[in-house]
Amino acid sequence: MSSVVSRKQVIRPGLEGKESLWTRMKKNKVSYVFVGPFILLFTVFTVVPVLLSIVLSFTYFNMLEFPTWIGWTNYIRLFLADEVFLIAVKNTLLFAVITGPVSYLMCFLFAWFINELQPKVRAFMTLLFYAPSISGNVYVVWTWLFSGDTYGYINAHLMNLGIIDRPVQWLVDPTWMMPIVIVVSLWMSLGTTFLVFIAGLQGISQSLYEAGAIDGIKNRWQELWYLTLPAMKEYLMFGAIMSITGSFNAAGQIQALTGPTPTDYATWTVMQHLLDYGHVRYEMGYASAISVVLFLVMVGSQRLVQRMLQKVGS
Amino acid sequence: MAIRIRKKRLSRSTGGDLVIFFFLALGAAFMAMPMVYTISQAFKPLNELWLYPPQFFVRNPTLNNFNDLLVLMGQSWVPITRYLFNSLFIVIVGMLGNVITGSLAAYALSKHVFPGRKLINEVIVLSLMFTPTVTAIPNYLTISTLGWVNTYWSVIVPQWQWTLGLYLMRNFITAMVHDSLLEAARIDGASEFRIYAQIVMPLVKPAWLTLIILVFQNLWRETGSMFIYAEELKTLPYALGQVAAGGIARAGVSAAITLVMMSVPIIVFIFNQSKIVETMGTSGMGGE
Repeated sequence: MSSVVSRKQVIRPGLEGKESLWTRMKKNKVSYVFVGPFILLFTVFTVVPVLLSIVLSFTYFNMLEFPTWIGWTNYIRLFLADEVFLIAVKNTLLFAVITGPVSYLMCFLFAWFINELQPKVRAFMTLLFYAPSISGNVYVVWTWLFSGDTYGYINAHLMNLGIIDRPVQWLVDPTWMMPIVIVVSLWMSLGTTFLVFIAGLQGISQSLYEAGAIDGIKNRWQELWYLTLPAMKEYLMFGAIMSITGSFNAAGQIQALTGPTPTDYATWTVMQHLLDYGHVRYEMGYASAISVVLFLVMVGSQRLVQRMLQKVGS
Repeated sequence: MAIRIRKKRLSRSTGGDLVIFFFLALGAAFMAMPMVYTISQAFKPLNELWLYPPQFFVRNPTLNNFNDLLVLMGQSWVPITRYLFNSLFIVIVGMLGNVITGSLAAYALSKHVFPGRKLINEVIVLSLMFTPTVTAIPNYLTISTLGWVNTYWSVIVPQWQWTLGLYLMRNFITAMVHDSLLEAARIDGASEFRIYAQIVMPLVKPAWLTLIILVFQNLWRETGSMFIYAEELKTLPYALGQVAAGGIARAGVSAAITLVMMSVPIIVFIFNQSKIVETMGTSGMGGE
């Protein structure tokens, strides 16, 4: 039989520490049956490939010849000899520091507001807010809005109003490129996290709030901080990971807006750099090194957010 | 924007509710833009599609684009129903497998204590942050070694270990299923599989309904281009992509295709969301 223990014992599993590992594993064989199918596939299709690409990051590999071991060369080249990579790092950090937290807050606030609505209206609003995620690559609408000639929707309107006297090259002028890319990314960001927050909020039982009212919860803000957010902790962590990966891995929508070769690399991100080396130049060793660096930065951010989330509700 | 709502929210006045509703409506209009645009495009006649400067809304709506699409689909060498079957097969089997393997593992990883649990949980969170781009080559080698190239399984089986799905299920089970409930069931002599199927899964219905939406979206767009090359095994997005790629004159058909492809996940989404609301209305369990 599997030993299932209450929360307190989960924190202190030392109680069963006297038995040997094998005995404990045999005792819990049901648990292994449960995780077995997933873990088998996960090992084959995720763990092993990830470990392989970490090894590849220390090699030169052009996908034709067998990889040759070159030690830390890829990493040294990244930070000391690749100026474009450093621009990409700067852009990605700027992009992630803004879109990550803002999209996270947007997901929560909109989910929270929508959750208060009547069921039918709620379902409809959820659909509308989720629309940019469901309709695939519709961010092309934005290239048309921000088109750089006098017929571009925004240019034409601003010129009619007399605010500008000549068309602005929105997607080619480095002053505007990053802000536009950020706005469009935020517009697209009510995706998975938003849905999870909606589902999570609906899973909080009404009795929790009733009990809270008896315990002296006075207003909506105390309710949010002491009841809703602690009950949402698991979903908040999920959302944090989604925001981190979404903002550090951004490439597709940026490429669609500012093109494959943005002016002065103004919107060139680490992920675009990775795709460039992996899919265009076929330098898989170098691309793997980039992905390892990206991975470490994301893990660092996740640990930071995890620590911050532990303070919620205290 | 958020700050203004915050202030109004405190008092919970009718005025405050109106302000929130106003901002929600504004946000909704902004978010709905691509959907409205896609619908509008699909009903535009060819001359409006190529109008310059472009217009957002259709002026003389027509069904020609859909008629053309039907005619073109009828001419396809492999019947269009075959592509549809391929897509549906991949979506349904991939989705079921993902929900089953993911939720089984999620239950054990959330509620059981066994050697290795901590390590597995840690590895799963870490793997979410590794870019899949560079793992494509090893995965291709694995799939070809298994002899799955040019079969449905090349697309379906990797979906079964979609880590995000497991992580989603695990977090919902941790938050929504009380340990006391599981203990009570165990005292009554229920097996772990029964507890999983009859207690845990019904309680976390919002979780797997959400997961179904996400997996559906993933797989519905699947063209199978990397692994599947036999024409009769290709999927609907691939076939419709071929139809749309027939030149400038196909712009109308292409707009119709975009709408058709988009409407299926939207129907699934609406159906699922209504189910989520239904469950939460009746169960009343959950919370911490």
